[in-house]
Amino acid sequence: MENIIDNVSEAVDRATDPKVGSGGLNIIIATNREASLSAAEQVSVAYGGGDTMALAGVPIVVKDNIATFDMPTTCGSRILAAYTSPYEATAITRLRAAGAVVVAKSNMDEFAMGSSTETSAYGMTRNPLDPERSPGGSSGGSAAAVAAGITRVALGTETGGSVRQPAAFCGVVGVKPTYGRVSRFGLVAFGSSLDQIGVFARTVREAAAVTYAMAGADQYDSTSADVPVPVAPAEIEAHRGKTLNGVTIGIPSEYFPESLDAPMRARCDAAIEALRGLGAKIVDVSLPHTSLAVPVYYVIAPAEASSNLARFDGVRYGPRAADSIDLREMYENTRTRGFGDEVKRRILIGTYVLSHGYYDAYYRKAQAVRALISRDFDKVFASGVDALFTPTTPTPAFKLGAVTDPYEMYMSDIFTATANLAGVPAISIPIGRVEGLPVGGQFITSHFDEPRMFQVAAALEATLGDEAHS
Amino acid sequence: MAVTETDVRKIADLARLSIADSELPAMAAQMNSILANMDALTQIDTSTVTPSVTATPGGAPLRPDAVAPIPMNSTAQLLAPESRDGFILVPRLGTHEDV
Amino acid sequence: MTDWSTKYEMVVGLEVHVQLKTRSKAFCGCSTDFGAPPNVNTCPVCLALPGALPAVNAEAVRLAVRAAIALEFTINHTSVFARKNYFYPDLPKGYQISQFDQPVAVHGTLHARIPGEAKLRDIAITRLHMEEDAGKSIHDRYPHMTAIDLNRAGVPLIEIVSEPDMRSPAEAGAYLRTLKQLLEYAEISDVSMEEGSLRVDANVSARLHGAAKLGTKTEVKNVNSFSAVEKSLQAEFDRQCALLESGDSVEQMTMIWDATTGTVRPARSKEESHDYRYFPEPDLPPLILDEDYVTRVRKGIPELPQQLRERFTSEFGLSDAELDAVTDDPQTAMYFEGVAHAHGDAKHAAKWVMGEVAAALNESGTKIRGFAVRAHQLAELLDMIRDGKLSHTAAKAVFATMLASGKSAPVVVAELGVTQVGDDAQLEAWIQEAFADLPDETARFRAGEKKLTGVLVGAVMKKSKGRADPKKVNALLGKYSK
Repeated sequence: MENIIDNVSEAVDRATDPKVGSGGLNIIIATNREASLSAAEQVSVAYGGGDTMALAGVPIVVKDNIATFDMPTTCGSRILAAYTSPYEATAITRLRAAGAVVVAKSNMDEFAMGSSTETSAYGMTRNPLDPERSPGGSSGGSAAAVAAGITRVALGTETGGSVRQPAAFCGVVGVKPTYGRVSRFGLVAFGSSLDQIGVFARTVREAAAVTYAMAGADQYDSTSADVPVPVAPAEIEAHRGKTLNGVTIGIPSEYFPESLDAPMRARCDAAIEALRGLGAKIVDVSLPHTSLAVPVYYVIAPAEASSNLARFDGVRYGPRAADSIDLREMYENTRTRGFGDEVKRRILIGTYVLSHGYYDAYYRKAQAVRALISRDFDKVFASGVDALFTPTTPTPAFKLGAVTDPYEMYMSDIFTATANLAGVPAISIPIGRVEGLPVGGQFITSHFDEPRMFQVAAALEATLGDEAHS
Repeated sequence: MAVTETDVRKIADLARLSIADSELPAMAAQMNSILANMDALTQIDTSTVTPSVTATPGGAPLRPDAVAPIPMNSTAQLLAPESRDGFILVPRLGTHEDV
Repeated sequence: MTDWSTKYEMVVGLEVHVQLKTRSKAFCGCSTDFGAPPNVNTCPVCLALPGALPAVNAEAVRLAVRAAIALEFTINHTSVFARKNYFYPDLPKGYQISQFDQPVAVHGTLHARIPGEAKLRDIAITRLHMEEDAGKSIHDRYPHMTAIDLNRAGVPLIEIVSEPDMRSPAEAGAYLRTLKQLLEYAEISDVSMEEGSLRVDANVSARLHGAAKLGTKTEVKNVNSFSAVEKSLQAEFDRQCALLESGDSVEQMTMIWDATTGTVRPARSKEESHDYRYFPEPDLPPLILDEDYVTRVRKGIPELPQQLRERFTSEFGLSDAELDAVTDDPQTAMYFEGVAHAHGDAKHAAKWVMGEVAAALNESGTKIRGFAVRAHQLAELLDMIRDGKLSHTAAKAVFATMLASGKSAPVVVAELGVTQVGDDAQLEAWIQEAFADLPDETARFRAGEKKLTGVLVGAVMKKSKGRADPKKVNALLGKYSK
């Protein structure tokens, strides 16, 4: 099994290439060649010994907010500078058991708060397809790692679209599983009721294999669901290039507003035609509360974040502002210096919407509207729709530094935040290019219906072929 | 519901973040501009829904009462920025005088 | 000190935190052992490492529900964990997992037993909720620094919040003692104020008798015993009354009880405003407890003090004072019951448990658990008394030796040679010796001076070195008197 070690070694070579390091695209935050090669050897021995492994020797890049041994877990923040987790995320433990080998930690928006990978304390990441542009965010490093060919698969995390949006910007496949499908244990929390570990891959099939390898109930995550995990992505293979006869795909009008760029719309229309050509029944549907997703999201996520980030206080781990005269000053100095502007802004908003006198107007109200958004999906899926098809983002990758207004940046999550709020699974796959920039198409299915999601995505992927990347 | 500079100061205090006086007006303005977008929510009739606590179906799973700590390859003392005799040390609260 | 109670009424509500007796913490598998080296019982969850998540301990839930049932609460079939957000170095996450608007139980009642009152006083309890303990901050160990030990962080607690239903320190004390007893019987907690497994915060206010509106309340903290609660309430009530009397108003604040001076003083004001920003804990789905579950928990509850009193009354016919003594704590009750069953005469058993046993425990400052004279051994001793084999005086000496040696009553009696003598011939011989020693008294006795019987019995007892059966001596003497 020499080639497992060689494969991993080559992946580490690519991850340590200066072109993807901090002087170049700035995709990778950390590597550990020795640890990766040692892991590869172990897999090699086990695999050679006859162990069945779904991902034997598959090199994988992991977003830096997922706890791993051997490499730091900084969340792209100064407040976790040089912090290495003394335990590993359940998702990582499971991927290792399936034979995957972690080769690098990738750059990200600080604490996953951003849609461009510009808020990282370790510098912005550039889009491999056009270094002047953002790879999207917050999992921009992992998306770029797959786009740049460092590895074929990578882990990202989602709270409001942080896998699907960068997948669309970088022309790769991006999956957000159902909330509860993959354990969050070891994923550094941002918005606990929204967070989910997701996958970047070159193909739908690979994305499914990694998703299923991580999935399943976990005793350490009380929000992980005890729902059977599909055995293998073999069924997707069976559907590749086959028909979608009997499958109903809904096209929600709210995701195709008048303002949508004509070339984006044209790409989506072509994809819809391709789906129709595969035999799918295409129906127009409505998800009337869609426009409220961004306001709801930007109440709930910061509220939860303001509480989740309270643990970064300089007491038990991470750097501490040592020049403080008393506890109060130590807290303030550590946190004020440790967090970047966007993180501070969201902590303040989150604190405000939970504070006395504002809770009902903001937080409680947002949770109620969230239930309406969720109900929109329930109704559509109950009406016989198997999957929804939408554009993943309103625009292709924007230029680095182009979006300066916080709320304008938040609006890039407009088509993705809904799935996080409702907890349903969603996937973005490349459906073509506009002026050389990738465009992503999104499929959304009902809770725990990843098999259907992968099936329709794989069918479209097969039909589009090279067209998806041109 | 406009956020005032006093509000920002109070919130920052609760969140243990310090904001320079000179930055308060800008921060208040930014928060107001973000929160203005949330006002759309107030118009929505939500009388027919009860929000759920988590997106996961069912109740909290109950763990058997066994001593089984999650293993760590480090210790509290080693992780802490400052420690002595096994204790984690922090600067004393301003309200506690030295003995 | 002025007695304000004729003019003003004291109003007290109590918040009691109770550590649940579980092996592992509320939300992680760390040990709850008391006394481990600092920060040893910690893991990613209770250290609040990035990415760690809570998982609810089934036993903590069971004990919380058990307490709720024992206190006649309405159990909420769905309750919700909530985050209470504040910064403190012994609170690792920056929030405490607690419960807020949907606690595990609401509307309970405690039937408080007030000393000297036959009727129980019903005190309404607002709510019972689950939460986790914080770690310990030690401010006086190192100069300029506070030392943090997180071994206690995450230990399961219940908080029991009463209505402002108590009107005197004695009532508050009775509430606390009854509550402690109940929780101890139900095997929910170690309920030790000294070890911190039971903590009390008291809210107290004063108002004119007959006033409908409650006065402004203050919270009294740092009370380490039930009697300190009573004393601190009185001190704070007196302080408030004096203020009101002079036309001032009471300010809502926290008062610290100083046990050494017996006074209360205001806590150093906290510089920050409190705004806990409670919101539902997104890491934990709601706690769903169906009726079957509650029924199962109910079935597992051990016999509670009131049931036990009723049973002891019907089975043994004990008086209230006897019941108070033998049911004070479950170990004493179990001990008493063991003695009573083995011996047969419950009143006799109660007398000894309340008397010699209590005195011995009091002297050694120990608990009945592990007491050197086991219940069956004490019963054996009592049997010997009943059967006339041992005088009461001798029995006390035997008991003392049993306590010191752990030997059984027959063995000690044999060793000490104190078996009671009931043999007529031997008793007669001692009587004659006594007559010889006391010719004057004997003559008067023979002449009919009956009151001298005691003197003569005493003399016989002395001759016999306490072994003579005094009842029989009494009877035998009868025939010598007119």
